[in-house]
Parts: sequence; structure tokens; C-alpha cells
Amino acid sequence: MTKVFEKTKGLTDKPFHYCPGCTHGIIHRLVAEVLEELDVLGESIGVAPVGCSVFAYDYFNCDMQEAAHGRAPAVATGIKRVHPDKVVFTYQGDGDLASIGAAEIVHAAARGEKITTIFVNNAIYGMTGGQMAPTTLVGQKATTAPYGRDASHAGNPIRVSEMLATLDGAKFVERVSVHNAAEVRKAKKAIKKAFEMQLKGEGFGIVEVLSTCPTNWGLTPVEALKWLEDNMIPYYPLGNLCTPEGVK
Amino acid sequence: MAKSKGAVTFNEDRCKGCELCTTVCPVDIVVMNREKINVKGYHPATVSDMDKCIGCANCATICPDTVIEVERIIEK
Amino acid sequence: MAKVLMKGNEAIGAAAIKAGCKYFFGYPITPQNELPEYMARELPNIGGVFLQAESEVAAINMVYGAAGAGARVMTSSSSPGIALKQEGISYIAGAELPCVIVNIVRGGPGLGGIQPAQSDYYQATRGGGNGDYRHLVYAPATIQETVDLLMEAFDVAEQYRNPVMVIGDGMIGQMMEPVEFKEPKKRPIAPKTWSTDGTKGERKPNIINSLYIDPQELEDHVIRLENKYAEMKENETRYENYNVKDADVVVVAYGTTSRVVKNAIAKCEEEGIKIGLIRPITLWPFPDKAFEEITDRTKGILTVEMSTGQMIDDVKIAINGRKPVHFYGRTGGMVPIPDAIVEEIKKISGGVK
Repeated sequence: MTKVFEKTKGLTDKPFHYCPGCTHGIIHRLVAEVLEELDVLGESIGVAPVGCSVFAYDYFNCDMQEAAHGRAPAVATGIKRVHPDKVVFTYQGDGDLASIGAAEIVHAAARGEKITTIFVNNAIYGMTGGQMAPTTLVGQKATTAPYGRDASHAGNPIRVSEMLATLDGAKFVERVSVHNAAEVRKAKKAIKKAFEMQLKGEGFGIVEVLSTCPTNWGLTPVEALKWLEDNMIPYYPLGNLCTPEGVK
Repeated sequence: MAKSKGAVTFNEDRCKGCELCTTVCPVDIVVMNREKINVKGYHPATVSDMDKCIGCANCATICPDTVIEVERIIEK
Repeated sequence: MAKVLMKGNEAIGAAAIKAGCKYFFGYPITPQNELPEYMARELPNIGGVFLQAESEVAAINMVYGAAGAGARVMTSSSSPGIALKQEGISYIAGAELPCVIVNIVRGGPGLGGIQPAQSDYYQATRGGGNGDYRHLVYAPATIQETVDLLMEAFDVAEQYRNPVMVIGDGMIGQMMEPVEFKEPKKRPIAPKTWSTDGTKGERKPNIINSLYIDPQELEDHVIRLENKYAEMKENETRYENYNVKDADVVVVAYGTTSRVVKNAIAKCEEEGIKIGLIRPITLWPFPDKAFEEITDRTKGILTVEMSTGQMIDDVKIAINGRKPVHFYGRTGGMVPIPDAIVEEIKKISGGVK
């Protein structure tokens, strides 16, 4: 028997604190596997956000910095400008990236900062207990949108990937999902491409990963995958929006 | 077509009983072990009939907690 | 070494580069603009990086990243811009990162004005950010002193692994005075084995972080920081005392205001009134010891600030009721003139004919 799947060296031994079925765990593993496969763990510096994945600095087996809420792209900019030859990435949730950190992500992309951003979109604030996020869908309930998000009151969710793809500095923009095994494999390919592009120094890369939040969606982990497929994908279509060969 | 033969092992104490792995097995052998409680107090996932396993690693791919390792031998 | 006539903001840039600073992240705001402009011209010539951030918030977080990656790095701004950086400064102190932050103070509050002021004293010394943290605050009075303190600030930041602020005011930033660049004294600075520059597979990952979710761990961490601040208080407090012993009145003033006060003192001496000056050079740690030189003969203390009175709190703490403390100040960008100060002094010394 040859081993075809085992825990990647890109992750530390620390078990994840995430809720049962939370797909943060899958996405962490994909990033870690890619860093291991590209053999850059020793050259990588990651930046963790504030949110459920704040403890990413304990999970990724490479140098890490913990950024203030929303500021990971700025922290990563500081690191990359000091170490242009290192692999620098941010791992951020939707509250961190699309709400308080919107200016930072837009300008990192506009500057063509040679970093890779893994943007986990689960349409809710997880760590703080289920509040409405910029990506919460219209009609979706959240603790701060108890009657369902009302567009006339709280506006419409932001399609970050489409927004960033308009910026010339963004050289790789793709939205993927992890709601079944096939999509998880596709997500890994996109993450690998984004990091390979950074190694070539092409410019800013981001992979938006649709992800679940069973606890705050009030669903079982399995139901949450289904909810994602039925509700999020229609509003956040999967696919590549921009690759170095030019805007798709 | 070369038939592949596989086997999976579960690091049971890391499992949180989320059941995602039970939804992706092409031969439907991944189930929750209701007779057992792990250190976290969850029923860990397990395999009911290892002989049927083809080593496709779907279960390990969807597992959020790196519980599952997969081995495979390709019979010519 | 030959002196060169330089504008304050540019002298700061030149001093920083001479001190080995290679990274500057900033944002436009009057009256400090010439500093980022200088760095934009000069840093690329020495293999450094100047980057204009999208906001002061982004700039201080770029400093966090660069400092965490092991670089000698600085930022500068003015009053409202420094207010935006306060969270970042708290994170930098919490994560124990060295960096230098320059505040060229302007009138406030709010958008305020662009003329010189000292109304950020509380912000600088009480910490505008969250949590128990402190950082050194140098308050130079001349461009030469600004250059000297700025160069030393990088070493002090690395010795204590803490942010260091150099606080000037619009005049320090905009004035031109002759300066020379001298090597600061050698300091014990440990190699940055903690920085995130890639493990290269040779060490455990380094983590730059200020989160301690376990309260006991956070308390232990904060107490370690507190010991560091006590060390700073012990070793880094600086002040200039002039004529304090047996003075009729002792004036307390810092930065460019202290130079106006020196003119007032000269005038009083012509009239036979002996006036002392305590000039804090570090606003934090505040030089309490300086006040021990005040003798019984002194009738009172006059604190002069370009604000409505903020440093006066620390003066009262330092003198601890031994002498009456009076205040005179201009604010909003107005600068006190010597005659006005002489008049205030005479009210206390009773010398008014």
C-alpha cells in the first residue's frame, strides 16, 4: 500500500479550534499542502486576520504575523517590501477583508502587491457570534439582521472578486468553493496557481473561497454545504476572473 | 480497467463528528461509529467495510480536521 | 563634520537614513509633508523602500509588518494622523516591535489647523491606544536636537523592542537650522532572532502577535512589558535644568516653547528676577527627578505650553503640592511671545512694579 493522502507538513500539530464541519479547516489544509508541494514553507510568511481564523498563526507551519482587524494586506505589504524574495500571504475572512479592511485589500491589489490573499467568504461574522457581514445575502438572517438582510436598509452583498478584478494590479483572481470533494480539488488548483504566480512575481493574487458556518447559519455541517451550493453560488458565481495572461 | 484497492485510517480523537466525510464516499462505506465516543465526546467517523474502499480519498479531501489518511494499491 | 542648513522635516529624513532606516510608510498631512517627500526621493537611492499608504491606519500596519520582518522602519504624521495610528501603535507595543514614529503636531481638536501646537501631549504620553502600554516620547527643541534624538530613537526602539515617538511641532518641522549628523552612543541591541524572515527549515516558526486569549497569559505578558517600561523610566529619562536652584519662579516648558521661555528668562534677569527652567526632553518618562532641585526660595511654578494645559498634570504630580503650579498657554496654532510670559512670571514672583 502506498500512502496517497496524509496530513501535510504545512500544518503544525495543533488541532483546529474550529466548530465541527467548519470548512476553514479544509482551506487551511489546502494552503498548507500547496506551500509544502511548492517547497516554500521555509520561505513563507503568513498574516492572520482577526476573526475565526485569528489562530491561523498557530496552525500554519511557517513564520506568521497576527494583524489588526482588516489590516492584513497592509502588514503583508510591509513584510513583502522588506523581503521581496519571500512568499507572503494573507488569510482573511469576509468581515476582516470586505468590511473594516476594504481599503487595505483594494489598495494592495491596486498596487499590484506581490502577495497572495486567501479570502474565506462564509457570509457571516463567525467568531463574534453570527452578525451580518458585507457578504451576507439579502434575506439571510444574522444576529444583527434578525429579520433577514434588507437591501433597502443594509445594502447588497459585495462581490469582492469581481470588484478586485477591475484593478490592473490584480493579476490572478478566482472564486472557488469547498462544498464537495471535486470543488475542494479545484480550489486547491486555484490556490496553487495563485502562489505559483507570486513566485513568478507577477502581481497581486486572490482566491475567494466560499465557505460554510454551520454554527451561525443554524445548520448541520452537511446541510450547510447544501445551503452554500443553493444560495451562495448563484450570487457568487465560481470561476476565474483574471489570470496573468490578461483579464478573462 | 485497473481496479484500485485502498484503505483508510482515522485519527479518531481529532474527529468532531461533523459527518462531511459520510457524504462523499463513492462506495458508501464511511459512517459514524455510534458505539464509540472519542476524547472530545463525539462519535468518530469510521469505515463499515474496508474491502470496498477504492482509495479515492474523497473522505480525506472533505475532512476539515485532517482526521483521515488514505493508502492505495493499484492491482494490475 | 560640517554643518548643513536643513528644514526640520528633511533633517529628520536624513537623520533616519544615516541611522540605518531603510523603510518608510507614510501619508500626506501638513505640516510634515516634506519628510515623506524627502524619503520618496532618497530611500530608493540606498536600496530602501518608501511607500505612500492609502491611510495612516494602513501605514502604521505596514510598519508593524516591516518591523516584525526585522527591518529598521519608521513612519511620520501629524496629530489627527497620529490619532488614526493609535491602534497600530498599541499592537506594535503589544507585539514588542521596534519602530520610530514622528508626530509634527498641529492645532486641534478635529481637523484643527496646520500651525504649530503641543496639544497632543496627552495622546503621546497617556497612550491613545488601548491597554496597558507605554512608549518613549522625545520632545526636541532644536533641529539639531531633533536629529540627535531621532538617530538614537532607532537604537532605543531596538534595545527595548518598543515603538519610540519623536514629537515636534509645526515649527520644528518647517524651520531651517544648521545640523550635523553624529553617531549615537553604542547600545546593547540583541540580534532579531524573533523576526519573521522565513524559517529556511532551520528553526521553529516565529510568530509576531499581541493576542493572548488566556487572561493569565495576558497578565503575565503585560507585567513583562511593565518591567520593560520601568527600565526605560530608570535609564532613558532626560531633561535640561537651567538656573533652577534658588530661582524666584521655575518655568516648565518643552520643545520650541522652551526657547520662547528662554527669551523671557533673559528679560527677567535684566530686571533682577531669577527664573529657572525645567525642560523635559522625554515627555514619557516624565522627569520627576528634575523637580527635586527646586528649593524653598522658589515662590511658584509656571507651566507654559502651546495647548490649554496638558503637561501641567505631570508637573503637579511631580511637585506633589510642594509649590503652587500656574499655567500660561496659547493654543490652536498661536505661539506665546516672551513679553506675555514675562508678565505671567511677574504675577508669581511679585516683581511687577
